[in-house]
Amino acid sequence: MGTKTKDLWVLLETNEDGTAKNVGIELLNPGRRLADKQGGKLVSVVIGCHTDAAVKEAGVHGADQIIVVDGEEFRRYTTDAYTAALAHLLKKHAPTSMLIGATPNGRDLGPRLSCRLGTGLTADCTALDIDEASGNIAWTRPAFGGNLMAVILCPDHRPQLGTVRPGVFKKPDVCEDRAEIIREDFHVPADQIRTTLLETIREASAEIVDLEGADIIVSGGRGVGGAEGFRVIRELADVLGGTVGASRAAVDEGWISHSHQVGQTGKTVGPKLYIACGISGAIQHLAGMSSSDVIVAINKDFDAPIFGIADYGFVGNLFEIVPLLTDEIKKAKA
Amino acid sequence: MNILVCVKQVPDTNEIKIDPDTNTLIRDGVPSIVNPFDGYALEAAARIKDNAPDTKIVVLSMGPQQAETALCECLAIAADKAYLVTDRAFGGSDTLATSYILSKAIEKVEELENEKFDAVFCGKQAIDGDTAQVGPELAEHLGYPQVTCALEVKSEADGLHVYREAEDGKEVIGVKTPCLITFTKPSFDPRFPTIKRKIAARKAKIAQLTAAELTSIDPAHAGLKGSPTKVKRTYVPPRKEAGVVVKEETVEASAHKLFDLLSKAHVI
Ligand SMILES: Cc1cc2nc3c(=O)[nH]c(=O)nc-3n(C[C@H](O)[C@H](O)[C@H](O)COP(=O)(O)OP(=O)(O)OC[C@H]3O[C@@H](n4cnc5c(N)ncnc54)[C@H](O)[C@@H]3O)c2cc1C
Ligand SMILES: Nc1ncnc2c1ncn2[C@@H]1O[C@H](COP(=O)(O)O)[C@@H](O)[C@H]1O
Repeated sequence: MGTKTKDLWVLLETNEDGTAKNVGIELLNPGRRLADKQGGKLVSVVIGCHTDAAVKEAGVHGADQIIVVDGEEFRRYTTDAYTAALAHLLKKHAPTSMLIGATPNGRDLGPRLSCRLGTGLTADCTALDIDEASGNIAWTRPAFGGNLMAVILCPDHRPQLGTVRPGVFKKPDVCEDRAEIIREDFHVPADQIRTTLLETIREASAEIVDLEGADIIVSGGRGVGGAEGFRVIRELADVLGGTVGASRAAVDEGWISHSHQVGQTGKTVGPKLYIACGISGAIQHLAGMSSSDVIVAINKDFDAPIFGIADYGFVGNLFEIVPLLTDEIKKAKA
Repeated sequence: MNILVCVKQVPDTNEIKIDPDTNTLIRDGVPSIVNPFDGYALEAAARIKDNAPDTKIVVLSMGPQQAETALCECLAIAADKAYLVTDRAFGGSDTLATSYILSKAIEKVEELENEKFDAVFCGKQAIDGDTAQVGPELAEHLGYPQVTCALEVKSEADGLHVYREAEDGKEVIGVKTPCLITFTKPSFDPRFPTIKRKIAARKAKIAQLTAAELTSIDPAHAGLKGSPTKVKRTYVPPRKEAGVVVKEETVEASAHKLFDLLSKAHVI
């Protein structure tokens, strides 16, 4: 075990081509604030394969130090390889806390790691601060589908671990790269990785849908009525330069691919504008979008719960108003 | 194959209301249900059993006495046997302590059943805490490989093939037993209990495990005391002011009004 430091670590997840995933850069923003308050360094931990691009990104976004683990076995995320690498690094360098993006991989890794180290983990946080009284990180997270917020501390165990939602924090400004780079020669033997990827089944219209990073989202639900009905949704999204989202019901019907789904079992989003069309507003849907800045609800049923959180509502047929709204915007832009 | 499914009884979060005067959660009268994600885990086990009828499904829950109702429901749906871990000493456990207790309980159940489990199935997350931590932590305690966010599992000659939800489609992951798998919502609906099974479940005895039986548990790692994370406070998030309902004479006028409002709000 290394001597304990006051450093704050941020895990930088990488893509298969060695570039950085957004959330690992976003987290350098609250990371800087917490590291300064804790009186330690802000450290970005980069794990992946051929990671030079990701290392550079971390440097120009303000990391004081970058610890790199680079190897073929880290190209694709696996629980076993990533847990082994991080457990090794955390024991060796002993930072006081670490932030991990609450991506599907991050939420697979976080608990496995916390259990191996015998420390506490707070999942899926939406706000971070330092508890003035104790100096611990105060992790804030939603529970009960977003009906309740809880502030959690990990007073007696180190490191303090948390996963943090993508899209909650903005990337820090670009600055001069002053990062000290530490390369760790750590490898995981193939026989210690106990899962194998046998096949990937891409959806017919495999497209990259960046809902987490979108400023404007126009979503359709069961009220859209069919795959064809999504055309009006897509047209509105297009004129606004936005991204198309969907409810679980629309995904389950097969009208649109799962990569568009917003909610508890889909993506968590926080755009400036979220337009929900033909979506009732079940708690599992709200859990994924209620923190949007401005919410517009378009629904035939005045009693639909979506109106409870909407800033602007229209009670009526989406097929009538959505195309008219699209035209209004087109006219204004012309 | 022997499968153990971990199920938690949770309040139905769809039914939770906020008291507008005190701004607190109203929990009274909120029905308790089997965590839906655990229902998907049970369905996955039942599907394996459909193809291999000698499969044995055991359900395990930790919670107060009333969690028996949830276990009964699982017996009625597909489970062969149920165990309830219940003891005041285990109350207040966070996810790490819960997974530790469950891991010791699983060892005990294996001893009592005189059989090892090939796979442990969990829900992806419990809808009360939404943490999604107990599954992976339990896998670590047991020393098993894990696959999270599964939709379906098939038992093949070389181990299990797990259909897992990925960002832009599905992945098929191969894993050898014993292993732990967590399940998310599939596109199909889980089965309902039959009348016959319901009647049998009502008569079934649910075995109880308390601290007295689970002697291998170190009390320093269980309950509130054994939990590294502590809830400092909880609050109901500030509610939004009621929104503006756009209702003009014609739909055209409404569309225009909506456009105006959004422009003034500087979001388009
Ligand atoms: C464990 C679990 C996880 C889940 N995860 C998610 C999740 O991640 N995301 C998610 O979205 N859901 C999720 N769900 C499902 C969720 O409970 C709801 O079933 C789902 O969100 C409903 O989708 P919907 O609003 O599109 O459909 P519905 O509830 O059927 O609502 C359709 C709405 O469209 C309106 N409508 C119909 N026609 C028109 C029209 N022409 N013009 C205007 N309005 C119209 C209707 O009035 C109605 O309000 C989950 C459920 C469970 C149990
Ligand atoms: N008290 C419990 N008893 C049995 N299983 C549990 C319990 N708590 C959590 N689990 C299992 O762990 C999964 C994830 O729970 P959580 O980490 O609390 O979101 C659940 O879906 C259950 O399968």
